[in-house]
Amino acid sequence: MLKKFVITTALALTLSAGAYAETPRKGGTIRFTAPYGSSFANLDIHTSNRAQDEIWAKAIHRSLYKWDANANKAVLDLAKEVKVSDDGLVYTYKLRDDAYFHNGRKMTADDVIWSLTRQMDGAKAYPGARYVRIIKGAIEVEKGQAKEISGLKKIDDSTVEMTLTEKVDPSFNLYQPMLSIYPADEASKDTFATKPIGLGPFKFVEYVPGSRLVAERWEKFYEPGKPYADRITISIMGEAAARDVAFRNKEIDVSILGPTQYVAYKADSELSKGLLEVAEVYTRVMGLNSNFKPFSDKRVRQAINYAIDADLIIKRLVKDKAYRATSWLPISSPAYDKDMKPYPYDPEKAKQLLAEAGYPDGFEFEWTATSNESWGIPIVEAVIPMLEKVGVKVKIKPVEGTVLSEVARSGNYQAFIWSLTSGPDPLTSLKCFHSATPQSACNYTLFKNPEFDKLIDEAAATDDQAKKLENLKKANAILREEVPMWWFNYNKAVMAHQPWLKGLQPNATELAVQNYEDIWVEASSPAK
Amino acid sequence: MLSFIVRRLLQSLPIILAVAALIFVMFSVIPGTFASSMSDDGRSVLDAEVMARMNKEFGLDDPVYVRFGKYVSQLATFDLGTSFRTRQPVAHVIADRLWPTAQLAFASMLFAILIGVPLGFVAALRPGSWIDTISMIGAVSGLSLPKFWLGLLLMYLFALMLGWLPSFGYGGGDLRYLILPSIALGVAPLALLARTTRAAVLDIMNADFVRTARSKGMSESKVVRWHLTRNALVIILTTIGLQFGTVIGQAVVIEKLFSWPGLGSLLVDSVTLRDIPVVQGSILVIVLLFLLINMLVDVLCAIIDPRIKYT
Repeated sequence: MLKKFVITTALALTLSAGAYAETPRKGGTIRFTAPYGSSFANLDIHTSNRAQDEIWAKAIHRSLYKWDANANKAVLDLAKEVKVSDDGLVYTYKLRDDAYFHNGRKMTADDVIWSLTRQMDGAKAYPGARYVRIIKGAIEVEKGQAKEISGLKKIDDSTVEMTLTEKVDPSFNLYQPMLSIYPADEASKDTFATKPIGLGPFKFVEYVPGSRLVAERWEKFYEPGKPYADRITISIMGEAAARDVAFRNKEIDVSILGPTQYVAYKADSELSKGLLEVAEVYTRVMGLNSNFKPFSDKRVRQAINYAIDADLIIKRLVKDKAYRATSWLPISSPAYDKDMKPYPYDPEKAKQLLAEAGYPDGFEFEWTATSNESWGIPIVEAVIPMLEKVGVKVKIKPVEGTVLSEVARSGNYQAFIWSLTSGPDPLTSLKCFHSATPQSACNYTLFKNPEFDKLIDEAAATDDQAKKLENLKKANAILREEVPMWWFNYNKAVMAHQPWLKGLQPNATELAVQNYEDIWVEASSPAK
Repeated sequence: MLSFIVRRLLQSLPIILAVAALIFVMFSVIPGTFASSMSDDGRSVLDAEVMARMNKEFGLDDPVYVRFGKYVSQLATFDLGTSFRTRQPVAHVIADRLWPTAQLAFASMLFAILIGVPLGFVAALRPGSWIDTISMIGAVSGLSLPKFWLGLLLMYLFALMLGWLPSFGYGGGDLRYLILPSIALGVAPLALLARTTRAAVLDIMNADFVRTARSKGMSESKVVRWHLTRNALVIILTTIGLQFGTVIGQAVVIEKLFSWPGLGSLLVDSVTLRDIPVVQGSILVIVLLFLLINMLVDVLCAIIDPRIKYT
């Protein structure tokens, strides 16, 4: 076993050394795909929180922070340095003095303040408002009581002081593409909606709605020598089968794979060489409404977790394109406890727990689900006979994703199955189970546990990172024990890429969203 | 003729209004809003304040009758409203997608007409022959094939295996991109046109005036040209008109498959995301196109066959 480990490690080191030895090639075209629908919302990323729109936005725009996929954390991007006050509430950002917008104008503190203030326009509904609300005075602007965010101050052209309302790490909020920094003057013009100007590595060239977006290398991009590629085309391709043909035909450089394609690509000797896999920060769960009498009993919730053979479903239906969930926090979370064990498949134990809870003959519930192949009706159909074995009957209520989101927020359900964001910030993510969090925000199961609340409150208040992580791990363990949900799986995102495309990053927050400046195209690419 | 056109346009008005009202009622009843669609993937949580503001910004928190009143008054001034998603006028959003859909619809109908009509004629002129049997088996198959499956098959064959054509995308002026989606969309109308043409020609071949023409010694080519073709054209044109509308409506599947940026894919996305003004606008435009094409067909039929009198 040890020998095998040593050989594997040596091999991995050799391979990674080989990877580092590769010299990025300049030039060429990146042919990316946007796989989550047949269009982009528009060309104003401030109005969209969708991954589909972030895919194009990362080419054109930049935020104060960016997600470093290899370090698995947000790092400064448009600022060179940040100083934090002793009380952890005041952040002073020294902005880059080499960041130029695509019209050639240098970025200043005014642009940062304007872009963040815009999010709080009370007459509009910018999804990024929830992230800016951590800045002192942002809520007053949102309510129309002030025109400027009092917690945002321009010290000089390249220095911004940001005062927060509570001690939180703002990097998790400010790396979001929907908080991209716009040029204050130009962004107010009508033409901006059709010809976006940003600070990103590529400059906007053309957008054919519903088809593609094309951008070319921005010569004044602040990272020396980057971007490597001359051009990027992002094709909108919502249909997986069409992406498959186009990828095999070498018309596109990347494709996000579903379970069926994952199996086919893994089995192919050539295609299997270009698979990038990452444990994304999404947890697939069955939410159990605590207002529905049987689910108010912990023993019943535990029985559900014992009664379902999740491993079998992951293997047979999800085709191993997922990792078994143990609790809420995903594998890529810094507070994930790798020693935590999932609930074993034990129908007898489930029956015993149901009998103890007063349901020896089981009960019936309605399960709201969409048609999603990885966390929808196909999964529910596989679970039904397992639950029937312990006397629990299920009635499926099929809905669309839009309706599911409404149902979960309103509590108008008995159980739902969904894929929910469980990162990257473990504290923010776990707060969804804090009793102070309303159902309409993200406490969908109305979870309430004083011990859990205490751990989260302490984690939020402490400066001791080790203690914070410890608390979060304990809170996650409480969720495992209390099971407000059936912990199904963590998504394994898989991206197929052509052999000539290098520098892709294993982004756990969303694999399809890449920092394009780090990607390069080898000469073997058929693209001109 | 002019009075006929004016009358037809006026007759279309109640149809358009009824469709508009129907769409409004449907989307007022079904659950889900644009705001709830923004977190339908469970990825991004939209907080209650932003959702409420979104509903207010788009007037979704107004009572139904107020929204209907606004909608009707907008329509009366030819204003289709503003898209929730793009925050641009719906007319602009639709205009961007109309030309690709028109290209696809025209190309697929051209393909259907150029092959389907001659095939139907030949089959009818030689009933029971091998060409008749094969073409009618082909027509039935063409009508039965699911468009999605056929599109995928064409992709595999002509893009992946033979490498002749691109498998997806909108080439702008590059016609190579138009070929596969047009064939995939055009096969069903081709099959229907072949069958309809065959049936129409066979029917006319047995008519008294054709028998009289032949008995008077008119050559077969003249019979076909002057009597069969002219009389069958009325039925063929009517079928073409109806199929044009069907093709525009059915383009949804093909546009999504081939990443073709048309009205169909816009409509599907807008329904999923509850971008109601775009849904209403797109359906109205499709209905309008359908009515216009059929009016044009009626006019053409009257020109071809002077016996047709429109009152």
